[in-house]
Amino acid sequence: MYVPNKKQKWVTICLFLLPSMIGLLIFCLLAMVASAGYSFLDYDILKPLTETKFIGLDNYKRLFQEGELLTTLWHNIQYLIMYIPLIMVTSFVMGLILNKSFKGYGIVRIIFYTPVITSWVAAAVVWKWILSGKFGFINQALAVIGIQAPTWLSDPSWAMVGIVLVAVWKDTGYYALFFLAALKGIDSTYYEAANIDGAKWYQRLFNITLPLISPTIFLLFVYNIIAGFQVFDSVQIMTGGGPVGSTSVMMERIYKYGFRSYQMGYAAAWSWVLFGLIFLATIVQFILQKRWVNYDT
Amino acid sequence: MIPKESAVLNKKYLTKEVQAMTLNTLFYIILFVVIVMIILPFLWMLSTSFKGTEAIRTIPIKWVPKDPTWDNYIKIFNLSSYSFWRAGFNSFYLAITCTAVSVMSASMAAYVFAKMEFKGRDKLFLVYLATMMIPVTVTMIPNYTILNHLNLLDTFTGLILMALNNTFGVFLMRQSMMGVHNAYLEGALMDGASMRQIFFRIMLPMTKPTLFTMILMNFMGSWNSYLQPLLVLSSNDKQTLQLVLATLNGQLKGKENITMAGAVISILPILVVYVSVQKYINQGLEIGGLKG
Repeated sequence: MYVPNKKQKWVTICLFLLPSMIGLLIFCLLAMVASAGYSFLDYDILKPLTETKFIGLDNYKRLFQEGELLTTLWHNIQYLIMYIPLIMVTSFVMGLILNKSFKGYGIVRIIFYTPVITSWVAAAVVWKWILSGKFGFINQALAVIGIQAPTWLSDPSWAMVGIVLVAVWKDTGYYALFFLAALKGIDSTYYEAANIDGAKWYQRLFNITLPLISPTIFLLFVYNIIAGFQVFDSVQIMTGGGPVGSTSVMMERIYKYGFRSYQMGYAAAWSWVLFGLIFLATIVQFILQKRWVNYDT
Repeated sequence: MIPKESAVLNKKYLTKEVQAMTLNTLFYIILFVVIVMIILPFLWMLSTSFKGTEAIRTIPIKWVPKDPTWDNYIKIFNLSSYSFWRAGFNSFYLAITCTAVSVMSASMAAYVFAKMEFKGRDKLFLVYLATMMIPVTVTMIPNYTILNHLNLLDTFTGLILMALNNTFGVFLMRQSMMGVHNAYLEGALMDGASMRQIFFRIMLPMTKPTLFTMILMNFMGSWNSYLQPLLVLSSNDKQTLQLVLATLNGQLKGKENITMAGAVISILPILVVYVSVQKYINQGLEIGGLKG
């Protein structure tokens, strides 16, 4: 772009970049370096700095020796195994609905998006009440048709299921928009050709729709695995990791170690292990995508 | 011959029509079920918030409260430990300031990356992009200690400063600003406009759709955020609505009617904001949402 005065140009560039650079340098880059450093320290924020000691790899050793990592990782995986197939199906169906035109489309779209704009705190508080054993309406409704439902969040084997159900309720409207955008991008001549050939609806679904939106499915897959490894708000408010630690996930541990018992070094080590896991999972997915993601349109 | 053939055609046509009708009915059934599943929790929240303490424990459950009462709404504004008014004000204050800071700093940086040329620009932008990979998990502990060193723990300033770090916003605004034709800027420069004027008079107005999307996204994110304020804010008069609600959730066991009233109040403002601006931003949400 044409700029009359070199000095003026540099002043402008610096001024315009300054605010965001401050944020980036301090709260991202410096933070990352600091976090890596902390993970080698015995660092308690409440104690004076002089008592902070360099302890090498001890935090990581402790992490891998105590079985907690595997247990909480398993809880994260449980969450992912239930959440991902469910959210894919529900948001795909919702995307299909939004891809049609019908009376009241505008209001339906707002309704679909309402759980998304609701905060996790409000959603969790409401659902905690809905799922509460005896007086929640879900168990009441199930009792009417003769099903003895579990007490959900206070039952160790059902608490995670409850959290997943709420997360699916809350997130579906959000991911549906991605499916909607992908569905809108499909050329209608594919379907016309399929109709002439007499293709059944499931043939259209599996041979046209799904392959053509596979990049979106892949994107949501990657994104949801990254987010699923870091699930926190829902767990913290609905169960706090309980009952008897059955929903204790990795982020919840990091929060407890870092901000409840102030073992900053140990918590930082946890966060790097979590980062490593996320990174690994993402790379594996990018390698596997060649087998099923279709980028031809 | 002819009547027979037309009968066959007719039959074919009829089955097609029947098929279309069943498909249509099926569609509306699914639509209805989905809507009910989404709305019921909200209705249950509303219904509970108007019930007395005994009424919430009656079986069978009643969707329409027998003696509806405003009591819970009065009680939630007169808590002994927290001021709900104060928390609401804090939430608004933080949402507005954080959004302003975040959107402004991101747009300013985006302007440089989109329209200024200098050596190393693209490398610097790559650094910005790369930092989007770093999860909050890694940065939340050091950010707490950094704020601690800066003496900014338990202050709004701390949270607002952290809002400066909005690389995703830079990315979004850059995409949008690259679409503004250079001729506009050159024309303005000829007329003697300064860079600052170009930014405010040309760049921002011409990228309004993205700008609005970002404003709404940031406002929503800030209003709804839980983890960051939970870590940074500690004193009672600095709590946000979400923090108070989460605390009440633990404290008011057996008084869900009051918590539900609190939940209604925390949802209403953001719902009003969303419904009133949604027609401007629906296009943007799907592109803009990923980081939300």
